[in-house]
Amino acid sequence: MTKKQNSLTSNLYIFIVMAFMYLPILVMIAYSFNNSKSRGAWSGFTTKWYADLIQNESILSALLNTLIVAVISSVIATLLGTAAAVGIQAMKKRSRDLIMNFTYLPVMSPEIVMGVSLMLLFVMFKVDFSLFTVIVAHITFNVPYVILSVLPKLRQMDKYLFEAALDLGCTPLQAFTKVMLPEIMPGIITGFLIAFTFSLDDFNISYFVSGERAQTLPVLIYSMTRKRVSPEINALSAIIFVVVLAVLILTNLNDIRRENQLQKGGRRG
Amino acid sequence: MENNTLISLRNITVAFDGEVVLDHLNLDIKDKEFVTLLGPSGCGKTTTLRIIGGFVEPSEGDVFFDGKKINDVPPYKRHVNTVFQRYALFPHLNVYENVEFGLKISRLPDAERKKRIKEMLAMVGLSGFELRRVNQLSGGQQQRVAIARALVNHPRLLLLDEPLGALDLKLRKEMQIELKRIQQQLGITFLYVTHDQEEALTMSDRVVVMKNGQIQQIGTPIDIYNEPVNAFVADFIGESNIVDGVMIRDYLVEFGGRQLPCLDGGFGTNARVDVVIRPEDWEICKPADGQFHGTVISSVFKGVHYELMVQAPGEEEEWMVHTIENHPVGSEIGLILTPDDIHIMHKMSPEEEAELLSALEADSILNDEDEDDEE
Amino acid sequence: MKARIAAAPYLLWAALFIVVPMGLVGYYALTDMNGGFTLDNFVQGMRFAPVIGSSVWLAIIATALCLAIAYPLAYLISRKSANTQRTLVLLVMLPMWMNFLLRTYAWMTLLENNGVINRLLGMIGLGPYEMINTQGAVVLGMVYNYLPFMILPLYSVMTKIEPSLIEAATDLGCSPGETLRQVVLPLSLPGIATGITMVFVPSVSTFVISVMLGGGSFMLIGDLIEMQFLGNAYNPNLGAALSLVLMVILLVCMALTDMFHNPEEKEGLLL
Repeated sequence: MTKKQNSLTSNLYIFIVMAFMYLPILVMIAYSFNNSKSRGAWSGFTTKWYADLIQNESILSALLNTLIVAVISSVIATLLGTAAAVGIQAMKKRSRDLIMNFTYLPVMSPEIVMGVSLMLLFVMFKVDFSLFTVIVAHITFNVPYVILSVLPKLRQMDKYLFEAALDLGCTPLQAFTKVMLPEIMPGIITGFLIAFTFSLDDFNISYFVSGERAQTLPVLIYSMTRKRVSPEINALSAIIFVVVLAVLILTNLNDIRRENQLQKGGRRG
Repeated sequence: MENNTLISLRNITVAFDGEVVLDHLNLDIKDKEFVTLLGPSGCGKTTTLRIIGGFVEPSEGDVFFDGKKINDVPPYKRHVNTVFQRYALFPHLNVYENVEFGLKISRLPDAERKKRIKEMLAMVGLSGFELRRVNQLSGGQQQRVAIARALVNHPRLLLLDEPLGALDLKLRKEMQIELKRIQQQLGITFLYVTHDQEEALTMSDRVVVMKNGQIQQIGTPIDIYNEPVNAFVADFIGESNIVDGVMIRDYLVEFGGRQLPCLDGGFGTNARVDVVIRPEDWEICKPADGQFHGTVISSVFKGVHYELMVQAPGEEEEWMVHTIENHPVGSEIGLILTPDDIHIMHKMSPEEEAELLSALEADSILNDEDEDDEE
Repeated sequence: MKARIAAAPYLLWAALFIVVPMGLVGYYALTDMNGGFTLDNFVQGMRFAPVIGSSVWLAIIATALCLAIAYPLAYLISRKSANTQRTLVLLVMLPMWMNFLLRTYAWMTLLENNGVINRLLGMIGLGPYEMINTQGAVVLGMVYNYLPFMILPLYSVMTKIEPSLIEAATDLGCSPGETLRQVVLPLSLPGIATGITMVFVPSVSTFVISVMLGGGSFMLIGDLIEMQFLGNAYNPNLGAALSLVLMVILLVCMALTDMFHNPEEKEGLLL
């Protein structure tokens, strides 16, 4: 009896918090089909904002910029970060701790400070703001996340695997590519995905280093919100929401399928 | 004896951060021999193995393989393979791919490769397991994969680093016999590291007992067991009664208040010595008939035998006695030794004695952990 | 041994793009427009002490609210079946994947004077209430945006608390409340520390939420800094000094929460 009540209250609580998190988004999606420009009033169904959005060249070019930056910066960050993790793991504890504390600094410090500090650097050395400066900034804030996702995999790895590979005739380089790399690959992929999504999503740092010509989508969205009303944003949000939802569902389904396979394999065994 | 030495260690010294792990070690291993390095944690046995594998560079001394110095040969160019302590199987590969790994690296032709893997898996009893993922295997099966993965390369020498440490008792016994069978069948030299004296005695042609980076004794299992050179070896090889004694003259020793004939000589006259009596060597008789007699103060059933502690009246000594017949606590018994049951050893210095105690303690605590190979 | 060299490119990169820029911030903070040494920027910065104070205050309120909302939620989620947990965690993460500008914009739609909420209230004869451009709206924006950052670390420590531990506590005579206080709370401290940092840091330094939901009618330290670099008040020296002040505030905050946990736990919680 009381147990039932408990689970009812707990479900109600979860429901309320979820509602708090999703209602604004749902309202926004609903209003993306609102004929009126006003945010409040409802005056009939339309898809014209979606049409506007697709024809809006500045949005399309910002989207392209965002993708270019995300791909290049996350690939470079993954390479740098993976190499760094391998190097850091091979260090003695003292230097390892020192470097790790230093690696946490950009993760834990406010993005605005990193933004303005990089802005000062580029201004000081007279580097014009462009996609290049945005990419450099994104690599800088992404590398620590790659390191942090690869390092635990290295730590978990049986330290004798590398020696076992040497023992079986691998040169150190072969031992790295044939044994170590496959072992830490999940960490590298996680790191890459984190870097990629953070890069897609970043506003606070890009804002300071993008200038007029290299606007990414979030920077453009910000300038759009400064104009009082712009229903295209609703349409954009709706699209992004649906895309993200689809991606999450797909990856999750994939996870579940893989798990089931593993279980089946386990049972066969 | 013909000259068929496969591996020679000459004056090997290893120090990590100033701490000496191996101290001027000399060891020869003959071709097709099964040699075990036995000792407590931190005695340097794993380090010795890793020097031969090429994972540790000696600070001093030379390693010879087939008469050639191999100090500077990297591990991947040595004709040596290792079965690692916790197997170190590659989790991203299945059983077949794990075994295939070394052959693939050495670019052995496909047909030959398949044939060898098939034979090897059959030999370790894993035919039909080719496509299993290694983390789906039991400990014993993983162990067999590790052995197959190393042996399939036909190494001249196989190094085994406490390979059975993670298995339960029953499986360990089975694998001991299995390993010995494989070694004899293939005629490959095995160098085996363990801290388990029973394992060492069961499998080896020769046992090397080590302590603090030094070799204490090298010999056949029977030699080591019956004629330990010092109290450390005696105690490490099996539970023993070790008491102070005086060598009155050759072949006569006094201990526990009795003078008894023995088979040892060469200690001089009236020399202080250690006397070692194996608990299973006592013969139990009526109190009046014994060389010693005393009261049973405890009796513990150990499965095959009872372990009695017997206290002689008015003496501090307690004798540990193994017997298959129980004698209840409180009963009086007599004890008899024949001369060949009495083993005489040079007295250990007090420092050595302290070391022995701490080494044995550390070993019983750490059990299967070897921390002597950290760089 | 040679593997250590692999870290060299990263160290070089970090030196160039983290250490040097931070050095520049320090340099700007301590010089005037002509490059001469001065402490004047900090003196000027003191004029904005009320702004700094209210930034910290609002961030503390937002962090506390997040903790209050997230703690029970994380605990409840962590006691669900594995599949339900997975779904709920995905639901928590999903909004994070939408850009926070869009999420904040959504609240503008809701809170405006003739926005959705006021219109709904109007239908039942209430309002309109002045909701946007208030401090409450800014705190709401912070809580809304950063709540997942509190929920996820808390959930990840709580899901590791074995049910048997809670059963053991009950078995040893703890009431549900005592179990929470004596067992769950101590074990979830690292998650609390991470959550606090992850909510407080972006809250105290935001320069967007305050503009969008506060209407620019009052400023936070983030807005001040932004104005010195990209706004009309162009004065990078003052901006750099304010950035340093912000960093010091955060270092103090991190030192306070850092007492709970070691770095290795931290990485698990962050990802």
